[in-house]
Amino acid sequence: MILLSAKGLKLAFGGVKAADGIDLDVRNGEFLAIIGPNGAGKTTFINMVTGYLTPQAGEIHYDGQPLVGLAPRRLVRLGIARSFQLPQLFLEHTVAENVALAIAAREGLWSPIRPLMRSAWRAEADDILAQFDLSDIAERRADTLNEGARKLTDIAMAVALKPRLILMDEPTSGVAASEKISIVETLVRVLRTAGVTAVFVEHDMDVVSRFADRVAVWSQGKIAALGPPGAVLTDPNVLRDVIGIETEAGHAAA
Amino acid sequence: MSRYADLVLTLLAAAFVLALSWAVPWLRFVMTIAIAKGLAVLGILLLLRAGQVSFGHALYLSLAAYVVAFMAARIPEVLLLLPLAAVVAASIGLLVGLFVSRYRAIFFGMLNLALSMVFYSMLDKFYEVTRGGDGIRVPVTSFAGVVLSPDQQSWALLILALVLAVGFGAFVRLYLLSPMGSALSALKTREARLEFMGIPARRILLSAYVLSAFMAGCGGALIALSTRHVTPALAYWTASGELVFIAILGGAGSVFGPFLGALAYELTRTYAAALVADAWQMILGTVLLVVILFAPGGLWGIGRALVVRGRQA
Repeated sequence: MILLSAKGLKLAFGGVKAADGIDLDVRNGEFLAIIGPNGAGKTTFINMVTGYLTPQAGEIHYDGQPLVGLAPRRLVRLGIARSFQLPQLFLEHTVAENVALAIAAREGLWSPIRPLMRSAWRAEADDILAQFDLSDIAERRADTLNEGARKLTDIAMAVALKPRLILMDEPTSGVAASEKISIVETLVRVLRTAGVTAVFVEHDMDVVSRFADRVAVWSQGKIAALGPPGAVLTDPNVLRDVIGIETEAGHAAA
Repeated sequence: MSRYADLVLTLLAAAFVLALSWAVPWLRFVMTIAIAKGLAVLGILLLLRAGQVSFGHALYLSLAAYVVAFMAARIPEVLLLLPLAAVVAASIGLLVGLFVSRYRAIFFGMLNLALSMVFYSMLDKFYEVTRGGDGIRVPVTSFAGVVLSPDQQSWALLILALVLAVGFGAFVRLYLLSPMGSALSALKTREARLEFMGIPARRILLSAYVLSAFMAGCGGALIALSTRHVTPALAYWTASGELVFIAILGGAGSVFGPFLGALAYELTRTYAAALVADAWQMILGTVLLVVILFAPGGLWGIGRALVVRGRQA
């Protein structure tokens, strides 16, 4: 079943074509990695799906429903959440409060007197943080965290919204190499358990080959290749254009 | 601070205000005005939590004061006039808020200032209606149906002010810990994220804005009822600046801050004006400078630090 379907998306900033006819179907339950050089339009795609940018042409359907023109706030209600390349945390709040605020956003925000950290929400926030192995830092203020913890908290907030589809912009960028795999392992375990479909932008090919069901290769606002990591990541053109490795086959093809 | 500690502190503070007003009768009026301003400053504190500074909240204070002045002849009852004035202030707060909540930072501050100055000009220029700079005298009002002597009336207003301060203080304390209050301070650091979580940031700010206008309205009504004379000076931009001044002086970290700041401000002003008539503003300016440089948590922050240090020693 197709959960998200993009057809003919186009968006240009001045002369730069950030999206130049993007067609992509995201299957329910899959982990789809987006790779490609900087400036290829990967984040633009996420921004269009989450309502931050409006495509100049093309359509996006989610669960059969057209999305273009809806505000980010509406899209969250439909079950689309996102995390950010630069984690967007509420810096004056603790980690638990950040997650609890996401729960509040989902469950009912408009209470001026009942506490945010009421027992049910507190318990749910603790549960989510435990899944992400963040229990130890639940009471730390968000502005005191290291990059890895900030990334995971950012994603935990998106997961707390109980989305069906999550779009993650470079979940491992800025994270120490030694932490990367363990962070993604945690992430994948949580998302698989919750049955969330994930689209994520990633530069680390090791992460992509280990965790993605399919890979979409972005190049100059277009999808240059799409398929399982085993096939795409061995494609000589992809190796040359995206990863920057010249292979003999690729050399011959060029 | 724990709920219990806050309760004890509230009772002590109320007892202090009542005792001082009993021991030094003429301070009763000063205390009432201070608490009334504290109510408006409590609204400023809410907006500060969202990272927004309004340089125009005297608009709501003066609006409510004028509502009292206009309506007192027809409804000479404090317990009706005050809520009426506050509701009018909140309603105008809603209208203005729909507009200003679209703006942030300096634009938010300046728009509030501009609108309050428009109101000031109207009060000043429409002499036929407002009596301009002469102002309007507020006729004698009854309290719960009883016409009190001036002395009794001043006690009644002080106690009413205290009740409102405790009530709104408790409410704002809960509000800040609620989802709406948390979203308000989240708006300060990452407004865009709120939208991506499904939280309408503008409505969060608007709610706080209307609440702040309502509280400023209560404060303005109390001022009109206590001074029994309203003038456009209540709406002048320096009156708005004064509210921000008190917020910084008292500290935005706690709901006690605005009232502590307002009492300190009014008492300093009263005594300093008597002792060094020409220099009291300089004294206040110096105090503010010292607070900003050395105690960004305001007087409340200083007091708290002293208590913590005392416990550790």
